[in-house]
Amino acid sequence: MTSTLELKADKMLKVQFVGDDDVLNHILDREGGPKIKKERAQLLVNTQKIIKKPENELEEDDQEVLKDHNYVEVLGQDVQESLKNGSATDGGNKVYPFQNRKHPEKMAKLASELAKTPRKSVSLNMKNDPKITIDIPQCSKGHSSSDKSQLKNNDKSEFLSTAPRGLRKRLIVPRSHSDSESEYSASNSEDDEGVAQEYEEDTNEDILSQKIQAQNREVSAPVFRETPSKKMKREKTSHLVEKYFEAHSSSKVLTSDRTLQKLKRAKLDQQTLHNLLSKVSPSFSAELKQLNQQHEQLFHKWMLQLHLGFNIVLYGLGSKRDLLERFRTTMLQDCIHIVINGFFPGISVKSVLNSVTEVLDHVGTFRSVLDQLEWITNKFKEVWDHAKQSLYNWLWYETTTYSHYTEETSYENSLLVKQSGSLPLSSLIHVLRSLTPNARGIFRLLIKYQLDNQDNPSYTGLCFQDFYQQCREAFLVNSDLTLRAQLTEFRDHKLIRTKKGTDGVEYLLIPVDNGILTDFLENEEEEL
Amino acid sequence: MATSSVSKGCFVFKPNFKKRKISVPIEDYFNKGKNASEDSKLRFETYQLIWQQMKSETERLQEELNKNLFDSLVEFLQTSHSGLWKNSKDWSCEIKLREIPTAALVLGVNVTDHDLTLRSLTEVLQNNVTPYVVSLQAKDCPDMKHFLQKLVSQLMDCKVDVQSKEKESVQVIQKNVHYSMDSLSAWYMSVTQKTDPKMPRKKRTSSSQWQSPPVVLILKDMESFTTKVLQDFIIISSQHLHEFPLILIFGIATSPVVIHRLLPHAVSSLLCIELFQSLSCKEHLTTVLDKLLLTTQFPFKLSEKVLQILTNIFLYHDFSIQNFIKGLQLSLLEHFYSQPLSVLCCNLPEAKRRIRFLSANQCENIRRLPSFRRYVEKQSSEKQVALLTSDKFLKEETQSLLENLHVYHKNYFLVLRCLHQFTSSLPKYPLGRQIRELYCMCLEKSIWDSEEYASVLQLLRLLAKDELMAMLQNCFKLFQSSSGKELGNTAKRIEEFLAQFQSLDETKEEEDTSQSQSKGLQKTDLYHLQKSLLEMKELRSTSKRQTKFEVLREQVVSFVDSLVREYLLPPDTQPLHETLYFSSAHTLRQHLNAAPRIALHTALNNPYYYLKNEALRSEEGCIPNVAPDICIAYKLHLECSRLINLVDWSEAFATVVTAAEKMDANSVTSEERNEIIHLQCSVY
Repeated sequence: MTSTLELKADKMLKVQFVGDDDVLNHILDREGGPKIKKERAQLLVNTQKIIKKPENELEEDDQEVLKDHNYVEVLGQDVQESLKNGSATDGGNKVYPFQNRKHPEKMAKLASELAKTPRKSVSLNMKNDPKITIDIPQCSKGHSSSDKSQLKNNDKSEFLSTAPRGLRKRLIVPRSHSDSESEYSASNSEDDEGVAQEYEEDTNEDILSQKIQAQNREVSAPVFRETPSKKMKREKTSHLVEKYFEAHSSSKVLTSDRTLQKLKRAKLDQQTLHNLLSKVSPSFSAELKQLNQQHEQLFHKWMLQLHLGFNIVLYGLGSKRDLLERFRTTMLQDCIHIVINGFFPGISVKSVLNSVTEVLDHVGTFRSVLDQLEWITNKFKEVWDHAKQSLYNWLWYETTTYSHYTEETSYENSLLVKQSGSLPLSSLIHVLRSLTPNARGIFRLLIKYQLDNQDNPSYTGLCFQDFYQQCREAFLVNSDLTLRAQLTEFRDHKLIRTKKGTDGVEYLLIPVDNGILTDFLENEEEEL
Repeated sequence: MATSSVSKGCFVFKPNFKKRKISVPIEDYFNKGKNASEDSKLRFETYQLIWQQMKSETERLQEELNKNLFDSLVEFLQTSHSGLWKNSKDWSCEIKLREIPTAALVLGVNVTDHDLTLRSLTEVLQNNVTPYVVSLQAKDCPDMKHFLQKLVSQLMDCKVDVQSKEKESVQVIQKNVHYSMDSLSAWYMSVTQKTDPKMPRKKRTSSSQWQSPPVVLILKDMESFTTKVLQDFIIISSQHLHEFPLILIFGIATSPVVIHRLLPHAVSSLLCIELFQSLSCKEHLTTVLDKLLLTTQFPFKLSEKVLQILTNIFLYHDFSIQNFIKGLQLSLLEHFYSQPLSVLCCNLPEAKRRIRFLSANQCENIRRLPSFRRYVEKQSSEKQVALLTSDKFLKEETQSLLENLHVYHKNYFLVLRCLHQFTSSLPKYPLGRQIRELYCMCLEKSIWDSEEYASVLQLLRLLAKDELMAMLQNCFKLFQSSSGKELGNTAKRIEEFLAQFQSLDETKEEEDTSQSQSKGLQKTDLYHLQKSLLEMKELRSTSKRQTKFEVLREQVVSFVDSLVREYLLPPDTQPLHETLYFSSAHTLRQHLNAAPRIALHTALNNPYYYLKNEALRSEEGCIPNVAPDICIAYKLHLECSRLINLVDWSEAFATVVTAAEKMDANSVTSEERNEIIHLQCSVY
């Protein structure tokens, strides 16, 4: 097995195109170069192997599968003809791949790669071309993994050559102690700060940075030698089935421990965010306008089809709200129509029916055009199953707009925007200032207790009796009643929430984010 | 925007009353579109006419196909209870009385068509058997209470026309009180007794000759009912059967075995089940195709790809005839909408008349047709000039061409059917078992160039005599029934062939007898025996080549071959075929079998596809960093598994975007944040 593999590898080596980068590597570093090349070749062989298997299966499964293939061909035949419809360009295999377990660094890697593919991408194309031509015949056979590994290849070469240093640093550091993969990822946040600055320095490529690269490669090359071989082993035995299980094994998922709190960037409130966003001019506005005009030309056709008993679904990326609004105002002025905002949080069947009856009560002569708004979700198929679909005469129109889902998401709250519903830090301080020192002390006790328990997922709150005990010990209250009175005041200010536990005991909880509480405590201490 | 609000999600818009009266006629939408061009009104009218014809034809077909089934069902229903009621006093019938007559109706997997079938069944039953027909769906009946509630309310609706308003209101109140089989049978008694004297007056129920019409309950989707509800209902109603004559009809999508899986023996023994099988949807499709497309009755035709897509949607997605017909309607509409020359897509005399009134623009349109240009190129130079310059000459020529096209179709379908007779029973079906497969192949290209066709000829050459004769006989009938003049000759030829085969029979018998005589071998030594055996072998092999039957068979095969080559030319060889054939398969596919997820994927992965901006051009698999933010964010998120760290994500995003444009860092990050959140909303 291995010997044949190597044989193939040798063959592949002959075929392989040696890019400029590789030549450069060869000159700069003789030891690292060949190794990397060899690995890359092996990877290529590997992809072929994986692809071959499904092919064999195909043959075995005989005609049925072939028929399916035909079917796909027939349905996909008109790719060239259809200029506007994007749905035909890609086969399903790219849209529905199995989710691989990926390392968190992957994204950073890709980002660095994307960042450095500005307009000079043509030259990059040249470099990658030979590899791609090797892969293309297999790609068309319909297997996703070939692309995947292709991507990996690209990643690696790109990374080795010109990845920004800061990011690379981040990539390398966790590798060095990533032996313990089984746990949640080791903390790698220490060396993150200032990544952006370092990166900026790095973009101007000169001899100096190349030297650094050469040095870095010595560090990185052995690391990489490990991982591809590991991956290779896995891929050797695995094909689709194992990929399936890998994708569905719900065991430990590696996440990084960087949190939003640690970003140390002031949270913006809704208003400032709005202002900032309005300053950003949308890119490609001319093209978008053209796209929209194309869609608008279809209005008449839609009307015709609506009149002839068809219904229309619009799909594609981007908000279709503006488009529909224009359709409504231009074409539907003389008809009775109903607009239903499916994204509205309080929408219910009843409200829809109400508006329908509202129409019918007044009319009696003219049936309304029921303009169904359908917002694209991944669950689209679940929303309309076959039987329901057939009740409507759906016609599908693709109207990709790239517009922002501004209105549609306006009902959703963002993690990154300050919540007006909960208490922000300023108001917390404000309220607390107006209280007596004792009351502040009581509240601080509660905060501390809550923060001490923040890692406890089953923490429900501080039991009243315990709280009373603690307050007494700190000489903050002298009786049960005073504490209760104080708590009532807190409750009026929405500073605390009480919950009855299963045993009938009251539990006290501060409905404020732990991060804010920490900030608050720090603030207090500074003042004192 | 008028449709955004914090307090409500539904908006009703009503135009002014004055305005509404001037509602725009539908035709206006037809011609205001992008092809604001010739004869749009006429085209729209033609569309409506043809569609009406097609629709009524399909309805007629549906009825016809269901007729057998419905007839036998009605017969079953009529006999099942009437017999029992006559001698209901009889003790021997007591046991049988406990059994609910049940019709298990196997409808097939095309669930979407069931509704239509069952609706027409209800109609038929109401006209012929009983006014009390109720159909229930599984999703309405999660438990016994709802089951009875639905049953009662629907039953009472059945009789609304007979009862006065007051009684109805009384019953409405009753409805809310309680639902039980007891009350139901009490209601039934009261209704039948009350309406009995009225019966003769009503034409509709007069056909039900027995005094108390049965109650028919149709369970639309037997499989999805909960077992318990079904069991309970059957047990209870069997107890009440003597006062409440119930008949069940199970609509079954899979197989009748499901009854026994759902109901234990104790329950199913209470049913007297009879099985009815509806026509399979594939056969249904074949008939629809046969009557709508493989005929000269309707001028409108589908091109190979369109037909392929429609049948594929049918076979691979839903098995729904209704959807198929809907697709057909859409292609018809698209054809008339997009092809200005579709005015000529009507019956021949009308088309000829219309040609005379064609505008100069339309004449230009004709000249621009690829098929017509090809035709012109083949003509002599004088004729070419005349065709391209004189509208009058063009119109005359068009008339004759159109006539040719109609004749072509007439012959085409006959020969197609004839060929189907020969190919449909061959081993392995090289040209398909169904005529639609054959049709598709013939539409696509010249069939005689295909390997399959060659193998068909090969197989035909191996056919036995009786098989061949049966096929010829069928073809003869086909040709005889047609009134075509050109092919009248072929009928004669087939007849001749048949006669020759017949005569072959007689001569062969003679040969046989003569051979058997010579076969009588005398006792000889080994050498002679071997020699004579060898001689016989040679004789046989040579005679095999020479038998009259084989010569004749060869003749038949070459005859069929010549027919095919002459008449089964693919339609795109015919001038003016564009007027009748709808060929833009991709529009159809786009509208009927859309892939929203792939569209999303393309939009996110390859923005250049939509925004034709050179900056966005990139090769497969990577996107330029100037791409719309959402594309970049999506690309980055692909690199993560199911959980994603927002900080990592936004940092990566910022790296990309800052590289693209040196912008104010703060605004970029906020933009990115917003974008990420939007993406979250849209992706997850």
